[in-house]
Amino acid sequence: MIWGVVTFPGSNCDRDCLHALRHALGFHAERVWHQDRSLAGIDALVLPGGFSYGDYLRTGAVAATSPIMEAVREFASAGLPVLGICNGFQILTEARLLPGTLMRNAGLRFRCRPAWVRVESTRTPFTSSMRRGDLLHLPIAHGEGGYWAGAEEIASLEEGGRIAFRYCDPEGLASQESNPNGSAANVAGVASVEGNVVGLMPHPERASEALLGSADGLALFESAARHMALRAVRAPGRAR
Amino acid sequence: MAVFRVTVMLKPGVLDAPGQAVEQGLRALGYEVERVRIGKVLELSVPEEVGPRLDEICERFLANPLVETWRIEEPREER
Repeated sequence: MIWGVVTFPGSNCDRDCLHALRHALGFHAERVWHQDRSLAGIDALVLPGGFSYGDYLRTGAVAATSPIMEAVREFASAGLPVLGICNGFQILTEARLLPGTLMRNAGLRFRCRPAWVRVESTRTPFTSSMRRGDLLHLPIAHGEGGYWAGAEEIASLEEGGRIAFRYCDPEGLASQESNPNGSAANVAGVASVEGNVVGLMPHPERASEALLGSADGLALFESAARHMALRAVRAPGRAR
Repeated sequence: MAVFRVTVMLKPGVLDAPGQAVEQGLRALGYEVERVRIGKVLELSVPEEVGPRLDEICERFLANPLVETWRIEEPREER
């Protein structure tokens, strides 16, 4: 299985993602350039964090118009796993591959600290090996991470098992105090209708080695790899 | 060429944290203020025939229709 990590102008977590995938996990991972138009040969994709195009206009808005995004759209509709981390999440909402949007943090502060998140849904490739209610300790680092969607949308996401992660306290309670940025319903990550496209504000790649304070982030990538291996067993003809 | 001025604002009810900060600043200076909302102004110099497509341009790119509204002013001629 081959992972791809997209670099946009202003991405700054692309190498961290490659490091986590290659060295912490031993996967094969390739770089993808924002001007590429093909994802041929890639089995799972990461849109990393950063400040693509300096966050001009809106976070992720300009990157969402990149040539690679047409290929990402096709990749997503083929049911292959796509993970947007932080700015990658913002790009996926701007590309309208994920619902809602990310707003300036309610307290206006750039929040850079470890956060607890609770796994809310296991119907995404990135959480399929986890259990609902599992807690992960992942760093956050963002100024515009307040998840916003209308109340009806939030209810429908909840109903469809599309809220992937929620901010919570160390005991797993999604309290207001544990919400670092004013996100609606403590949402830290969401999934597409089919579940294969996931975006989250916390950084799993920065929690990929015990030395970094947590290795909880590895579980997302391992889960997707396992999902792809099972998919290959189920539909061998279509496996790549 | 025609110059169109587009104003993009957050919808009423959507939290505008930077606007609130400016509100606080004004109060700190002793001014009475009910509310401040921060938006963006964009000026687009485009061929006349692009004018009718500006709404589409705002919907697709210049604004995020989920949380923002936009207003397109009458164009002026580019000199």
